[in-house]
Amino acid sequence: MERRQVLSKSAPYLFLIVPLIIYLIWVVGPMFYSFYLSMTKWDGLSAPVFIGLRNYQKLFKDPVFFVSLKNNLKWVVSFITIPVAAGLGLAMALNRTIPGEKFFKASFYAPMVLSFVVIGLIWSWMYNPAHGLLNQLLRMLRLDSLAIGWLSEKNVVMWAIIVVATWRQVGYVMVLYLAGLQGVDPGLLDASKVDGCSGWQTFRHVIFPLLAPVTVIVVVISIIDSLRAFDLVSVMTRGGPYNSSSVLANFMYIEAFNNYKMGYGAAISVIQFLISVVFIFIYLWRVLQTEMEY
Amino acid sequence: MTTRKFFSSPWRTLGFVALLLVTFIWLVPLLTALVTAFRSNDDIMLQGGPFSLPREIVLTNFQTAWERGGLSRYLPNSFIITLPSLLLTLFLSSLSAYALARFRFRGNRLIFFLYVGGTLLPFQVLMLPVFRLTDALGLYDTFAGLIAIHTAFQLGFCTFLLRNYMRTVPGEIMEAARIDGCGEFRIWWQIMMPLTMPAIAALATLEFTWIFNDYLWAIVLLRNDALKPVTAGLATLQGQYIMDWTVIVAGALLATVPTIFVFLFLQRYFIEGLTLGATKG
Repeated sequence: MERRQVLSKSAPYLFLIVPLIIYLIWVVGPMFYSFYLSMTKWDGLSAPVFIGLRNYQKLFKDPVFFVSLKNNLKWVVSFITIPVAAGLGLAMALNRTIPGEKFFKASFYAPMVLSFVVIGLIWSWMYNPAHGLLNQLLRMLRLDSLAIGWLSEKNVVMWAIIVVATWRQVGYVMVLYLAGLQGVDPGLLDASKVDGCSGWQTFRHVIFPLLAPVTVIVVVISIIDSLRAFDLVSVMTRGGPYNSSSVLANFMYIEAFNNYKMGYGAAISVIQFLISVVFIFIYLWRVLQTEMEY
Repeated sequence: MTTRKFFSSPWRTLGFVALLLVTFIWLVPLLTALVTAFRSNDDIMLQGGPFSLPREIVLTNFQTAWERGGLSRYLPNSFIITLPSLLLTLFLSSLSAYALARFRFRGNRLIFFLYVGGTLLPFQVLMLPVFRLTDALGLYDTFAGLIAIHTAFQLGFCTFLLRNYMRTVPGEIMEAARIDGCGEFRIWWQIMMPLTMPAIAALATLEFTWIFNDYLWAIVLLRNDALKPVTAGLATLQGQYIMDWTVIVAGALLATVPTIFVFLFLQRYFIEGLTLGATKG
C-alpha cells in the first residue's frame, strides 16, 4: 500500500486545504463547541453564561431523560435483531435467480428512498384510529378490541414507531448482506453439499460465519442509526403522549428549540455523543483492520 | 434457470408464493397511500374506510397540496438546496479524497479517520453550534446556511468512499503522467476524475436522496416558510390539514416524485453507492 502513495511536501495540503477547513469549521469545531455550550445557560438570543455542570445535574434528575434513554434502548435492541434477521433472510432468499427478482428487490429497496417525513405521514394514516387501514382490518376480522389508538396509547406508541423504522431498515440490511453474499465462494458451498450438509447447516456453519464482517458493520450502523432517530418521532408524535415516545434526539430538540433551553439541549446532545462514540470507535477499528489487509 | 424449470419443484413454488405474499404486505403502506391520494375524503369516510371501493377517482388532493398546501414552493426549494450542496460536496471531497489516496504525509490517517468518524456523529451534537455559527455569519434563515452544512457534513462520507475507490486505481498511470511533466492538479482532473466517475455516479444518486430528504437541518436553520424544502413543508401541511388525510398523503406522494425518479432510473448506482460505503470499510 505504501508504495502506491507518493511522497510530496506541499501537494497533498494544497488538495486538502479547502475541504478540510470547511470540515473543521462546520463539523469538527461544532462538535467540541457543544461541550462548552452544555456547561452554559443559553436561551439562543443573549450570550451563553457559564454555569459548570448544573445542566448535567438537572439532566440526571429529569424523568423525561430516562424515558428517552429507555426508548432509545428499545429502538437499539429492536434494530439489531428484527431488521438484521429479516434483511439476512431476504438476502438469502433473493441471492439466486428467481422469476421477478428485480421486482422483489425493488420492493424492499423502495422505502429507503422515501424521506422519514413521508414515511411518517403515510404510516400515521395507516395507524389512524378511526379510518386507518390497520384498525379497519382488525374490525373486519372482528378483533375490535385490538383496534386501539396506536399513536395515543402510552404503552404502544413507541413500538408502533419502531415498526415503521424497521420497515424502512430491512431493505438497507438486505443490500449489505446481498453484497456480502457476492463475496462467498460458491466452491465452499458445493464442498459443504458434497459433505452432506443440509441447507440450514450450510447456512449456520459456512455462510453465516463468512458474513461475520458484514454483520459487525450492520450491527454497528444499526446502533448508531437508532441513537440518531429523530424524524419519525418528530412527525408522528413529537414524543407524546406525555413523553412516552420521546427519544434523546427529540427530547434535545424540544428543550433547545421549543423551550429555548439551549444549554440544557447541548448537555443532552453530549450524552448522545458519548454513547455513540463507543460505537464510532468500533467502526473505525473495523476500518483500520481492512486497511491492514491491503 | 428457466421459469418453467423453477416452478417444477413444489418446494420452490411454495417458497416463491411465500415471498410474493411478504412482498405484497411490505408494499401495503405504499399502495394504501396511492389509493388514498386519488379519493376524496368524504368518499373514504362515507364508504367505510380504505377497504371500500372508491366511488370516483379525483385529482383534487394533489391540486390542493400543490397550490394551497404550498408544495409548488417547497418542492423547487428542495432542488435549490440539494443541487448546489451535491455539486459542492462531490467537488470538494474529490479533492480531499485524492490527497488521502495518492500521497503519503504526516496526518494522512488521522484526517481520514476524522472524516469517517464524522459521518457517524449524532446530528444533535452539531445542531446548536451550527445554529449559532449560521447566526453569527448572517446565514441563519437562508439557503446558503443550509447548503453549507449539507456540503460540510456530507464531505465525510464522500471523502471516505472516493478515497477508497481512488486507491484501487493503479498508480502507474499517474506515475507515467507525472514523468511526462503533468502537474498534480492536471493528473487529478484529467486522469483520476474520469477513472473515478463510476464511484461519483453512485455517490451522487445516494447523496441526492439523502440531502433531498433531510428534515432536521431544515427545521433548525430555516424559519421563513417561503424557504422551506419539501420535507419541512410537509410537516407544516400536516398541521394545516389535520383531518384531511387525503391531502396530506397526496402531498407526501408528490414530495416523493423526485427521489422515486432517481430510484427508478438510477437504482443500480444507488445500491452500488450503499454497498461501496459499507463493505469497503
